[in-house]
Amino acid sequence: MIEMLAEMFSYNFIIRAFIVGLLVSLCASLLGVTLVLKRYSMIGDGLSHVGFGALAVAASLNLAPLEVAVPVIIIAAFLLLRLSENSKINGDAAIAIISSTSLAIGVVCVSVSGVNTDLNSYLFGSILATTNADAIMCAVLALVVIVVFVIFYNKIFAVTFDESFSKATGLKTGAYNTVIALLTALTIVIGMRIMGTLLISALIIFPALSSMRICKKFKSVILCSGVLSVCCFFVGMCASYSLDTPAGASVVIVNAAVFLIFLIIEAIRTKISKANELS
Amino acid sequence: MALIEIKNASMGYEGKTVLSDINLKINEGDYVCIVGENGSGKTTLMKCLLGLMSVQGGSISYGDGLKQCEIGYLPQQTVLQKDFPASVSEVVLSGCLNKKHTLFYSKEQKETAAKNMVLTGIYQLRKKCFRELSGGQRQRVLLARALCATHKLLILDEPVTGLDPKASSDMYSLIKNLNKNGITIIMVSHDITASVNNASKILHLSKNTYFYGTAHQYLHSDIGRKFMITDCPCDDCRHNHRGGALQ
Repeated sequence: MIEMLAEMFSYNFIIRAFIVGLLVSLCASLLGVTLVLKRYSMIGDGLSHVGFGALAVAASLNLAPLEVAVPVIIIAAFLLLRLSENSKINGDAAIAIISSTSLAIGVVCVSVSGVNTDLNSYLFGSILATTNADAIMCAVLALVVIVVFVIFYNKIFAVTFDESFSKATGLKTGAYNTVIALLTALTIVIGMRIMGTLLISALIIFPALSSMRICKKFKSVILCSGVLSVCCFFVGMCASYSLDTPAGASVVIVNAAVFLIFLIIEAIRTKISKANELS
Repeated sequence: MALIEIKNASMGYEGKTVLSDINLKINEGDYVCIVGENGSGKTTLMKCLLGLMSVQGGSISYGDGLKQCEIGYLPQQTVLQKDFPASVSEVVLSGCLNKKHTLFYSKEQKETAAKNMVLTGIYQLRKKCFRELSGGQRQRVLLARALCATHKLLILDEPVTGLDPKASSDMYSLIKNLNKNGITIIMVSHDITASVNNASKILHLSKNTYFYGTAHQYLHSDIGRKFMITDCPCDDCRHNHRGGALQ
């Protein structure tokens, strides 16, 4: 075991993948709590598909992928959050339309320009192929997300728990929702490179849902979610190295397994407390 | 000067006008109940007072040094809060955010929260999970949060909806006590009997017209007589409103 770890960390590209991956997992899990509680879980999924479209268009036009994807995803995040607030348009329907449209645009672009070697890495991520420049950019963005989240922690709680109360008592809810949208967009962009378009939303949703099974305070949900996400990433990567499975998918499977375990713990707990009430 | 003065205001949403030509003053220490049928504009008026919606015409002005952001608000509980993992003290503390914009909660803010939790009788529940409380306890938590945001004016949106009779009457006496301590209360309510028993003033909204006056005046007005099912409880009245003397 220790030998395997030592062998793993003797490769530079693996160390790079770990640093970036751990930071992204942390970001995704922090924001995930807010998004799940605000009933915005699917926004991550929608945005990552938009990101795929943007990356594909950028690749076929020979532009730098991240420089195109970042602004496009940020704009899409604002649009989606606005649509969800507007009760006339059904939020999840809007997400489905936007995500499938951009997926379609991306696939068409890739096939017309004939650069389909990259298609797989966009869809399923390419964490081990992260370049130094990519790693630095991802690390900086991840740190920005984490710092901004900590600074606005109390306000994000207030806006998530009860938006109309916060607005009525003078909190600038619009501004904080914008902050949440911006952070989500950034997390999706950096997560997409390593986890892939199809798997990034798992990184956002699973840790939050798992920790909500057992934690009763908002603060402990956030902390638990962060720790879980980092641990799951670590275990998933090690498994992927030793069993030679795809990195992103392995991390998601570990997350799913943890969620299942927490679900069972919760069920047992409620049974015990009910039995205690009866006796 | 009045705490709130509404002048020639018309209000509505999505281009429709629900209320028009509203003129009234709410003074410090008043206990105002807003009643009326569904769709009469109670919620619209409340949202305008809170600044969640803007008036279509006329004005709402705040006096006595009351700032718009110093209004305590007890909203109806949302579906989202049913499974929200948060402790009671986290919820109550979030009411303090409108005062100072510091990064974390100060000692002063924590003391305010503790004081209001004692006041509403939930201090012993402070470490409990919000979603595991009973309906009445949750309302008191949200009331404590609203008190953290204000020391002058509370706006309550149907605070006893879904509560059992005991919890409702506890809630009413809690609100009455707050009013006695000098906090102005504006309450949207469906419970007309309790409103007349507790409030000092009644605002009845109806299509194209409204009534605003003391509970006593209300019971003797045409609009009140139509809406009321029970008799005026005040000591001055020794008569039955549907004709004939009380036995």
